[in-house]
Amino acid sequence: MTQAPDLSRRKFIKSSTIATGALAMPMIMTTRKAQAEATEINMLAWYGHGEPDMVEAFEAANNVKFKPKYFAGGDNMLALIAQSPPGTYDIILSDAEFVQQLNAADYIEELNPDDYPFDDFTYEGFTEFPGHWKDGKLYSTMVRYGHLGVSYNKNAVTAEEASSYKCFWKPELAGKVGHFDWHLPSLGMMSLYNGNNSPSPFDIGGDAWDAVQKTTMELRPQVGGFFDYGGTFNSLKNGEMMAMCGIGDWITGVLEKDGAPVASVVPKEGGIQWTESYCIGKGSSKAEIVNKFIQYMLSPEGQVRSAQMAAYPGFCVTNGGMAALQQDNMGEAERTGQIAGASNNPVTLIKEGRIHYRDIPRQQSLEDWNDFWSEYKNA
Amino acid sequence: MPSSDKKRLDYYALTWRLPVIVWQVLFFVGPLVFMIAMSFFLVKNYRMTEAFEMKNWVKMFGKDYFWDSYFLTLLLASMSTIVATCLAFPAAYGLAFKVSGNVRRWIVFLLIIPFFTSYLVRTFSWYVILAESGVVNNILGVIGLGPYTMLNTRFGTLVGYMTLTLPLVVILQTFSLANVDKNLIEAAQNLGASRVKVILQVIIPSAKVGLIIGAVFCFILSFGDFVAPYYLGGSKPPTLPILIIDTTKSGQQWPRAAVVAVMMMVTLMIVAFTAIKLAYSRKAYR
Repeated sequence: MTQAPDLSRRKFIKSSTIATGALAMPMIMTTRKAQAEATEINMLAWYGHGEPDMVEAFEAANNVKFKPKYFAGGDNMLALIAQSPPGTYDIILSDAEFVQQLNAADYIEELNPDDYPFDDFTYEGFTEFPGHWKDGKLYSTMVRYGHLGVSYNKNAVTAEEASSYKCFWKPELAGKVGHFDWHLPSLGMMSLYNGNNSPSPFDIGGDAWDAVQKTTMELRPQVGGFFDYGGTFNSLKNGEMMAMCGIGDWITGVLEKDGAPVASVVPKEGGIQWTESYCIGKGSSKAEIVNKFIQYMLSPEGQVRSAQMAAYPGFCVTNGGMAALQQDNMGEAERTGQIAGASNNPVTLIKEGRIHYRDIPRQQSLEDWNDFWSEYKNA
Repeated sequence: MPSSDKKRLDYYALTWRLPVIVWQVLFFVGPLVFMIAMSFFLVKNYRMTEAFEMKNWVKMFGKDYFWDSYFLTLLLASMSTIVATCLAFPAAYGLAFKVSGNVRRWIVFLLIIPFFTSYLVRTFSWYVILAESGVVNNILGVIGLGPYTMLNTRFGTLVGYMTLTLPLVVILQTFSLANVDKNLIEAAQNLGASRVKVILQVIIPSAKVGLIIGAVFCFILSFGDFVAPYYLGGSKPPTLPILIIDTTKSGQQWPRAAVVAVMMMVTLMIVAFTAIKLAYSRKAYR
């Protein structure tokens, strides 16, 4: 007679734990090995740039892992860098208007212009974007951009009304006009509404600045709130706000895809361009792979990803990128005007002189503008 | 008692007090001192530099928007305290005197459950309820009322404050009321006091300490809350916590934000000390 095996509860638990551990060990070892071997790249960027839809393919192909630190606003970015030891960030996605300050503070490395497809850029002005070059040396390259203007709910504002910033004062919109809570875009728009389009809505004298403040204060009774990224999305989506000052398709584009009756247009007074550029952090030990990533983002594949970034879309800066977008998603290319001959073609708008690069105030201090913004919010 | 024994006893007491002292020094006194020092620093090229200048204090105290935010925050936190205390009292009274101990334990447990989830998530859920196309306005619409604007208003901010503070105030009041000597209540009733008189002249004075501590907690939490006024009040106008964020976000003026923070600390300390003094005033023991 065969004796039954002595399998007490304690023995069973002990044996099964050892067996499970032994079986799982190769998997654990493999995963750890893979993680240990992946080169970690510290990224400083606006939200979304280090998310899987943007970096997953590059990570897999190059055995790297992006570790993003997100900011909101160029001065926030500068502060994060200023408070970190040199070499903390390998790659920096900067608002283009802040690149010159990054360079002046010696936070970024020089780039080799031959590494990037400047000859394929959709607009020659992008090749020599203000502040990206210094003494004939390149320090940053533009990778995407977008336009800011009037963002509105189609059920409350007609396309014709939205063709001017004046629509923000529409009586029916009292309490329904929102602000993206950053002073530069909103005050830039008010400056454009006042006719300050030459040389720039951000390069204005004392009288013009006083007038901008007056105009902005006149808008205050219409304002229903000041919102961050999430709040802007929610308030437009649930209809709490019917028009929004300080944003553009980077917000409404995402909502439109979700079926919300919203849109953004560049009004007749002109729009403001946000521009995002990549730089390599000073002292980075991973400059080579980071440079490869920047090249990837400027490749047609990278440009298509950027144009359809889940967090917020942006325009392609290369013709190759635009062509690839048309092939990949013609609907999105048409919606954003990224096809030849479209009336809202972003490059056409720039060439028509209707677009002004977002900038820091040239004749006042950033503090003056910020102080006024606080006063405005409190009014 | 010999002096050596007394010394040993002090060391023994100190051993037990030491963790609390170390904790307070590390996580309260140290950061507070640093924050006060930071309010005298300067910002140059987005980088904080050590200095001892009054510029930040002069700048902030000279700005109307600082004082507007200050008095608004005081007003909203006071309103929140009054509303939470008034709303919580009937519930706490019921829990303390009208239900069995078992039911009370269950309800207190249910009141604790909201703290298991993120306050931010709970705040965002109000969007669905308070939006113009939200649950409340849809229900009101059925009876021909509304829609009413509730988000991005002071009402919205107060709803957020209640989300944060009301469960805590109910719990604190309940524990306080449950500890009131029932003999005192019975004695008052036997002497012919009406129910209102019993509440006003026996229960509330007896539970005064707990009721005031509940109110103080509500005030402190509301005064320092960023989420409700930003997401439900639309930052319109901004409260002091929002002003701190604004100040640091643009221009990286951490020293000026420290001025705001120090003013908040001073205010909260004055309120807390006054309230505690009131709570433990001699009258409370009668």
